[in-house]
Amino acid sequence: MTALAEGVAGAGSVAPPTPVRAGRRRGGAWRITVLVVVGLYFLIPLAAPIWFTVRDRGAGAFTGRYYAQIPGAAGFAEAFGRSLALGLLTVVLVLALMVPTIVLVELRLPRLRTAVELLTLAPLVVPPIALVVGVRSVLSWAPDHFYGTPVGDAMFALQEPALPWILVLVYVVLALPFVYRALDAGVRNAGLATLTEAARNLGASWPRVLLTVVLPVLRTSVLNASFLTLALVLGEYTVAAILGFQTFPTWIVQVGGSQPQLSVAVSVLSLVVTWALLLLISALDRRRRNEETS
Amino acid sequence: MAVVLLLPIGVLAVEAFRSTDPTTFEERWSTDSLTAITEGAYGRAYVGSLQLSAVSAVLGAALGLAFAVAVLGAKRGRLLRRLVLTASGVLANFGGVPLAFTFIATIGSSGVVTALLTDLGLGLGGFSLYSMTGLALVYLYFLIPLMVLTITPALEALRPQWREASDNLGASGWQYWRHVGGPILLPPVLGATMLLFASSFAAYATAKALVGSTLPLVTLQIADALSSNVVVGSENIGTALALGMVVVVGLVMAFYAWVQRRTQRWLT
Repeated sequence: MTALAEGVAGAGSVAPPTPVRAGRRRGGAWRITVLVVVGLYFLIPLAAPIWFTVRDRGAGAFTGRYYAQIPGAAGFAEAFGRSLALGLLTVVLVLALMVPTIVLVELRLPRLRTAVELLTLAPLVVPPIALVVGVRSVLSWAPDHFYGTPVGDAMFALQEPALPWILVLVYVVLALPFVYRALDAGVRNAGLATLTEAARNLGASWPRVLLTVVLPVLRTSVLNASFLTLALVLGEYTVAAILGFQTFPTWIVQVGGSQPQLSVAVSVLSLVVTWALLLLISALDRRRRNEETS
Repeated sequence: MAVVLLLPIGVLAVEAFRSTDPTTFEERWSTDSLTAITEGAYGRAYVGSLQLSAVSAVLGAALGLAFAVAVLGAKRGRLLRRLVLTASGVLANFGGVPLAFTFIATIGSSGVVTALLTDLGLGLGGFSLYSMTGLALVYLYFLIPLMVLTITPALEALRPQWREASDNLGASGWQYWRHVGGPILLPPVLGATMLLFASSFAAYATAKALVGSTLPLVTLQIADALSSNVVVGSENIGTALALGMVVVVGLVMAFYAWVQRRTQRWLT
């Protein structure tokens, strides 16, 4: 994935609407030109693939067969299922890691805030392809140095092709910046200190506070972070391809060689799914903002 | 999690300084791999990647800025604004494989627009999607939205009073941008350009799906070096190339952080 922190959808990066300068005088022409040219640039590549996949070239009519082919295509169910499983595992793991960390930093250890922030944003500085080269080198130690030891066995287990846990670990790292931003935005506005103190005074244990007070308060940011992570994992190609695992994106590339229409149809579908997820996030975001202002 | 992040990078830094002797197959410490990546095909790959990233970052920044200014200044633009910001948030995260395929279907060799232009007798005029120019065109698809997202807060922070003051003093629109708006916006625009540069420098999936490994790009060369069984020690070349990327992106992001701090002095 290419987007860096500033570009995260719905991660609180867009400032709330402020009144824009009203009453511009002249200079409308260049503005309209820019809007039209850039608009066309963005709309044509959205429309063309749809046209490409619903038109039957031989008969000159419209057809839905490329979309109908998808579920039955060889390897689709397996690759998509694996990506989905990886995505869900990544979401669970990254949340289990980051929610307690962020809450702890906010409530008990504010001095560590900078350190946590630096560490979670660090993956932005390392291109995924560079990270995966390092991961590959580490994994190659297993047969060379750790063969037959528990460490070696664990490393082999991580690379089980049916469900490669190593991908989950790498994806957690890649998702950290996005998750951190989303959660941090939620924590800052929640007034957690008061809420948890109240809960503690009423005799709640820490786990109970986390589950029944903190999580409900943070639910939009948690959802936000989950969707972002899921979208990231479903679209991730670099790491899976270099480590040689078959996931949804690597499957699309593989199919693309022989069946262009099918691969474009799958791309269109995966776009629709990703966009639905991301639009949902921004809708949630707006609702949260409205709740806060009202 | 620090293990998963820091261990590979540490290994990267170490392995890049090792190389495999071509005759004895013994691993030893050396800077051979690091010198190798500045020469020949690998050197060309760095130049290619840097050029592509620089061109697409500058173009993306310029177009994104123009677009953002146009959208923010539009009359009755509230709906348009919200639409553009939401779409930007979605598109900026939209890289990778599907992006490559949508463009193949659009202006690839059998794409819809290609067919349309050929039918009209125009053709593509020598343009090929599977070239550096084509790649830049595709990269702009996620770079422009990224620019819009990054620069919009800065544009919104330009106080209307500044514009009014300059208008009242009789300044033209050009003079306002030359002496007031421009200097204030320069740091955030530079910073955003750095961000775009890093983003396009690190892109792999799109390039791979689009051109295979035919173009000289660092990311493609790394993947090639890793999968090659022919050249002895290519694994070390791969790590050296990757380390080089980390250094380049690290420098760019450090500059970005510095610019960000300067920005906050004016626009908060």
